[in-house]
Amino acid sequence: MDWGQILSNTASSLIGPATIAYALAAIGLSVHFGYAGLINMGIAGFMAIGAYGYAISALTFGLPWWAGFLVGIGASIVFALILGIPTLRLRGDYLAIVTIAAAEVLRLLFLTGEFDDVTGSADGLSGYHASFRAANPIPDGTYGFGPWTYNANGWWVRILGIAIVAIVALIVWSLMRSPWGRVLKGIREDEDAVRALGKNVFAYKLQALMLGGVFGALGGIVYALPSAVNPGVYVTSLTFFVYTALLLGGAATIFGPILGSVIFWVLQTFLSNVLPALATSGILPVTSTQASTLRFVLVGVILMLIVIFSPQGILGNKKELTFVK
Amino acid sequence: MSSDVTPNAPRPKSTGLHSGPIQPGVAKVDPIIVADGIKRTFGGLTAVDVDHLEVPRHAITALIGPNGAGKTTLFNLLTGFDKPDAGTWSFDGQSLSGKPAYRVARMGQVRTFQLTKALGLLTVLENMKLGAKEQTGEKFWLSLFPGFWRRQEAAIEEKARELLVKFKLDAKEADFAASLSGGQRKLLEMARALMTDPTLVMLDEPMAGVNPALTQSLLDKILDLKDEGMTVLFVEHDMAMVRHIADWVVVMAEGRIVAEGPPADVMQNPAVIDAYLGAHQELDLGVVTGRHTADEVE
Amino acid sequence: MALAKHSTFRRSAGLVSLLLTALVALLTFLSASPASADEANMDEPFRVSGNVQNKGEPLEDVLITVTGPGGYEVEVETDAEGKWRVGVPEEEEYEVTLDESTLPDGVAVVEGSNVRTVEVGPAGRVSTNFFIGVGERNVTSFFDQFVERLATGLNFGLMLALASIGASLVFGTTRLSNFAHAEMVTFGAVMAYFLSVAIALPIYLAIPLAVLLSGVFGLAMDAGLWRPLRRKGLGTVQLMIVSIGLSLALRYIFQFFIGGGTVQLPGSNSPQIPLFGAVSLSVIDIVSMAISIVVIAAFAFWLLRTRIGKATRAISDNPSLAAASGIDVDRVVRIVWIIAAGLAGLAGVLYAYYRPGIKWDMGAQILLLVFAAITLGGLGTAFGALVGSLIVGTLVEISSLWIPADLKYVGALVLLILILLFRPQGILGRRERIG
Repeated sequence: MDWGQILSNTASSLIGPATIAYALAAIGLSVHFGYAGLINMGIAGFMAIGAYGYAISALTFGLPWWAGFLVGIGASIVFALILGIPTLRLRGDYLAIVTIAAAEVLRLLFLTGEFDDVTGSADGLSGYHASFRAANPIPDGTYGFGPWTYNANGWWVRILGIAIVAIVALIVWSLMRSPWGRVLKGIREDEDAVRALGKNVFAYKLQALMLGGVFGALGGIVYALPSAVNPGVYVTSLTFFVYTALLLGGAATIFGPILGSVIFWVLQTFLSNVLPALATSGILPVTSTQASTLRFVLVGVILMLIVIFSPQGILGNKKELTFVK
Repeated sequence: MSSDVTPNAPRPKSTGLHSGPIQPGVAKVDPIIVADGIKRTFGGLTAVDVDHLEVPRHAITALIGPNGAGKTTLFNLLTGFDKPDAGTWSFDGQSLSGKPAYRVARMGQVRTFQLTKALGLLTVLENMKLGAKEQTGEKFWLSLFPGFWRRQEAAIEEKARELLVKFKLDAKEADFAASLSGGQRKLLEMARALMTDPTLVMLDEPMAGVNPALTQSLLDKILDLKDEGMTVLFVEHDMAMVRHIADWVVVMAEGRIVAEGPPADVMQNPAVIDAYLGAHQELDLGVVTGRHTADEVE
Repeated sequence: MALAKHSTFRRSAGLVSLLLTALVALLTFLSASPASADEANMDEPFRVSGNVQNKGEPLEDVLITVTGPGGYEVEVETDAEGKWRVGVPEEEEYEVTLDESTLPDGVAVVEGSNVRTVEVGPAGRVSTNFFIGVGERNVTSFFDQFVERLATGLNFGLMLALASIGASLVFGTTRLSNFAHAEMVTFGAVMAYFLSVAIALPIYLAIPLAVLLSGVFGLAMDAGLWRPLRRKGLGTVQLMIVSIGLSLALRYIFQFFIGGGTVQLPGSNSPQIPLFGAVSLSVIDIVSMAISIVVIAAFAFWLLRTRIGKATRAISDNPSLAAASGIDVDRVVRIVWIIAAGLAGLAGVLYAYYRPGIKWDMGAQILLLVFAAITLGGLGTAFGALVGSLIVGTLVEISSLWIPADLKYVGALVLLILILLFRPQGILGRRERIG
């Protein structure tokens, strides 16, 4: 077993594009679920919108990378409106089922052969990197040290991604300490009470859905930035994984989603390296394929344990359980 | 809180609220709410069927009736939390028909709930500040920049603290509302409602589940509202309390208004006794509710 | 990725072929990897290959299915030269089927049938060529297609009903939106596979035993997880997320044991029985429908006539009133879990024949349809779930007459969304009083 390689891969995932993408999506979910009490089970759909919006604007319309970002963001706002206007008056678990169904409809539309020319159906999309890489201010070459050695493009994706995470976290922090955030948290506790105080609850929920949706779309874009858009990624499991990361860190906290995503991916990378290695070296009496399955079993078990024993997450206030009744 | 139960001198009741003979739907001298032909059915069941109702301004009106009489439903309809099948109603001369609940509240008609809705995971002070109207910082874009709302926030906080002192909740201001007792939550809900500077306060069973030690304090707060120029409409089961503080009583049964009038008159009304008591006509209303009348305590 | 080289968006014919091939491979749920679909399973030791030509011209994108012993099944599409190649695991007989609907219009297989049997001999490879010419393809009339879809849809709907009824009972009695219900469906199928293939029990024993084990599984979940959580007083949303965690964990445990591919139950290639016109149903379909109907009827009797059944409905109506009137809620809920899990397990077995094949995430594939069925019928009412399932099942199948097969679930999901928006009490439910 090559422990050096295993630890190096694990360390590298600390700032991996997937980690950054999860962090953004989880921050989006924290706005929905943690602060506004909206059980959005369709964050994978928002991520897909971001990723496809970005890739399609480059491939089909030849737009530059920053315009792709804007298209992804705009599309997620439109999706939030379409989803939110009719559904936001629904009770908690109904909303969960509507959003999960909507995200699934979206995925099937991206997957179908009908729109193959635009979506690439089952193959997804790739080869949209030219504009983004041309805008890379970092000169060609390899930089960094130890496990964090990447080429110019690798750094460009990571730096931009981390900058977006920082900005997004700052926005959420500013909002949640403001009276706007107070209304949102009030809605999470009891929307009728807030309505009785003269607040337009529906407008706030819609704003929250759009805001979190935009963050989800940014997550999808960052996911797509380094390589390709693969429709197999945006399944309901992705939503569940992002929930796991969010609840692990703390749903109603600023840094919880980031911490949760980092732990999630560091653990995933470590296990995906170490389990097959243990299996091939005969320490685990299973095949290496079986061994790598085990880490997803672990995700499920962790999700259950957090929700049962520590629903406030690592960074959350023990008294401030953030679950909608 | 032993001081709470110290009896206060009885305050004068408002009289001369109506014009014309007392009967259900009688016109008021100065009505704040006028409702016409309000009907609400659930499936085949008629929950509310009110021909005409006027609520007098600057007075405390009690809405009473047996369980299932449609009091809470009427409350929900008047405040925009439910939509009637038919009917029109106005507040302060402005039509409220079809107005959503938040707009009703912005017009100055604020309500509380039968099952107290303290926002448990917000602190008591945050609960209060949430009540203030027209906050700049509640607008999405402006909220990002504290410069736009910091001064207003400070003013709101000051006002909230004053009310908390009045409601004897100032010591709890940093606690989560979830940690308050049932009575304290009722107080908080009422104080929070006052943050909206209402003209009409609608209280849905303000005494339900309140520790008797806090009852007198709550009653005083309600009487204070009138003294400060507000109008109060409240739903209550407790006849003693109704007799004690209400200037006007509206009685509902099976969705209709069966009687209204000053408390003393209404309690004698055979239609009321009939609606309320059924077989127990020989009993006094105050005894039936299981609580001694405030007068007896004094 | 092959696409990376093409920075312009104009696709060459080869690319289109690649994409279509990949799409079909994915839709049939047979292969996790969509890559290089004119060749499949090339890591197997033996080869079956062939050639599809129309008067000497190669035909591209023609779907070929190769099936063989042990539930082996693979699909490929011909490449630009009309060629295809698959790897097979054993020196055995394989059946090669050419899907005529993927041929260009107006042509058909002219020599022999579109289904061939080939034998992999000692040479380890065999090839078979299809010759295509102008001919009348056997085009089924719209009415026949409709009837066939309706029959398939009813079969699917009945199977869905077995799953939905249980989930609906659980929701009714415990307010749990159980995402792990999907895995209870898969559990039944996996147990049937385990008993019939690994232990080699005859299938008529394996299936009842699998259903029994499913019931035990349900009991274990209630006793080990859900009852303690109810005691702990978790809210409905918390419970729902716990069920999501359980669903993920179970799903990957199944994958751990049966792998990421598809495995078959014995007898999945049953003969077709022609009914009329071009309409035919397989023996399995007919048996499956009969089993569903008998079980649902027995369930209905239980729910309507027995004491426990009546108690179940009472709890669904008003749990605190039921508890106050002396019903042992915990005991009833336990029985509900056993029955729900047993029904879900049976649904899993029937679904394994319907798909056909057992896959680790097969339950998750129909979970949203189950939710759609429950919602459609009115949450928490068992008969609503039955009606909802039949509607969803037939809708999914019949809608594929007009919309592409890979979008057939979209109709049901859109219906689910619309129902939740406009009639959340379902088509059979009552409007609840608010406040």
